[in-house]
Amino acid sequence: MSVRTDSVNEGAEPESSRLSREDVAHVASLALLELTDAELDEFTGQLDAVLEHAKDIDALDVGDVEPTYHPYPVTNVFRDDVVEQLDVHDAALAMAPEAEDGQFRVPPALGEEP
Amino acid sequence: MSTAIEIAAAVSAGEQTASSVLESYLSRIDDREAEIHAFNAVTAEEARATAAAIDASVAAGETVGPLAGVPVALKDNMCTTGIATTCSSRMLEDWKPPYDATVVERLREAGAIMVGKTNLDEFAMGSSTENSAFGVTHNPLDVTRVPGGSSGGSAAAVAAGFAPLSLGSDTGGSIRQPAALCGVVGMKPSYGAVSRYGLIAFASSLDQIGPFSATVADSALLYSVIAGHDARDSTSIPLPVPDVQATLDDGVEGLRVGIISELMGEGPLEGFEPEVLARVRDAANALAAAGATVAEVSVPSTIYGLSAYYQIAPAEASSNLARYDGVRYGHREPGGVNTAAMMKASRTAGFGPEVKRRIMLGTYALSAGYYDAFYGKAQRVRTLIINDLAKAYADFDVLLSPTSPCVAFPIGAKSDPLTMYLNDTCTIPSNLAGHPAISVPFGTGADDLPVGVQVLAPMLGEAKMYTVARAIELAASGGQS
Repeated sequence: MSVRTDSVNEGAEPESSRLSREDVAHVASLALLELTDAELDEFTGQLDAVLEHAKDIDALDVGDVEPTYHPYPVTNVFRDDVVEQLDVHDAALAMAPEAEDGQFRVPPALGEEP
Repeated sequence: MSTAIEIAAAVSAGEQTASSVLESYLSRIDDREAEIHAFNAVTAEEARATAAAIDASVAAGETVGPLAGVPVALKDNMCTTGIATTCSSRMLEDWKPPYDATVVERLREAGAIMVGKTNLDEFAMGSSTENSAFGVTHNPLDVTRVPGGSSGGSAAAVAAGFAPLSLGSDTGGSIRQPAALCGVVGMKPSYGAVSRYGLIAFASSLDQIGPFSATVADSALLYSVIAGHDARDSTSIPLPVPDVQATLDDGVEGLRVGIISELMGEGPLEGFEPEVLARVRDAANALAAAGATVAEVSVPSTIYGLSAYYQIAPAEASSNLARYDGVRYGHREPGGVNTAAMMKASRTAGFGPEVKRRIMLGTYALSAGYYDAFYGKAQRVRTLIINDLAKAYADFDVLLSPTSPCVAFPIGAKSDPLTMYLNDTCTIPSNLAGHPAISVPFGTGADDLPVGVQVLAPMLGEAKMYTVARAIELAASGGQS
């Protein structure tokens, strides 16, 4: 399966419009992911190909079209305002990687490399 | 092999025990599971206990549900209390949910027997079930080929006779495409028709749970059990569920059926296998012979569905998967010197490459300076697709297309992500619009592998969709049954 590209400019886009290795490294760090150099190379090519493909919608004029965030808009869904006693504390902690005194335990927030 | 309807009738009437039905399915699993790998876990002991309880209820003269004694396999992204729910990810390898998904509760109330948790592409991201952290699922019809995905394990389980029914989830085609590739029936309901409570989120505005089965009637039965309003899912539609079983055999006389030109290789989209297109035309001709009016219809913006989807779905995924940080549950990589380092190390070790790709795509699409150009634009294209489909439904009751542009492909054949994504071209428009769609097997394509015909219907149009699907099934079997 492929999409025919009739553009005569194929491959002639300015470099700046393509996804760079630095872009991917930045996005990975925003997403709290660590990539090796080899992964960075591989992902850059793959993600760039997907974004390039997605440029087929650039030509569409959708300025007057409202965005759809949800296919079946149901708004203001309320439950009955009734107090419920939920005994979920132990269940919530049961699958924690580390717990102590009824709380989730994590490494120090400000710990630094030794 | 019996249908789910036949099994439930026999068990309810006391003609067959749920336990004996279960053992016959467990023995088929024993025979072939090693070469198929449909399951992440087979829950034989729990299943035996449930079957014994159903048999006791029948013996005591109690009323049992519409799925009494029917074995059902569940995609391993639906929460089951105390039973590992992994999403086929290292991230959730050891996670046992403290609650049941709503669909699991409804299956239990209906008397169904859960036989196991099925394999999937990690976090339901993929079209071949090759992205599982726990190994590939093989297509039961040809074990050198993929079963499709992401619900490949659920499709393979029904195709291999491991269970008469299974549940999958469909975000961009993840029920319908594997159904097509495995030669079974797979249905994605209208968005909001089935509760997503307890379905581990991938892309929340697109995800829906739906049934796999060998027959259209069994699909309608399972849909009837799982559909309906649920206060625990705020996107659940607060309307009664249409009785899709009552109208199943109404026939297509007078119905208007449109074939989507753009999904038949007549536009810029290429790569449709000719045999696949020929089977869709055969199915359309069969519907015409049965009294339907059939014509081609253009739905121009469907060609942009893939591009919009691969902005929207990763964007939602990047938000949904931000919760996996090694703090409250899921994988924690040891040795982090501080919380941030622990989170980064845990996510890096816990997620596989396809999940990382989608998280990064989504993070990029949502990042400052790009939001309007990517995510914002994609959401407007989504509106265009909805508008174009609405125009088509002004003239037609249902629409037809291939489910997948190709039959089941060899394992390892599509290693490039974009090539893999292009598999979803025909299924994505229904997810973007929130509409129901079903894949029904109709004949074979290349290498005698099954072809799925997709029937699309407007929002909450499940009843007519099922009527047409049933007519296609009848035609495929040469009018038998």
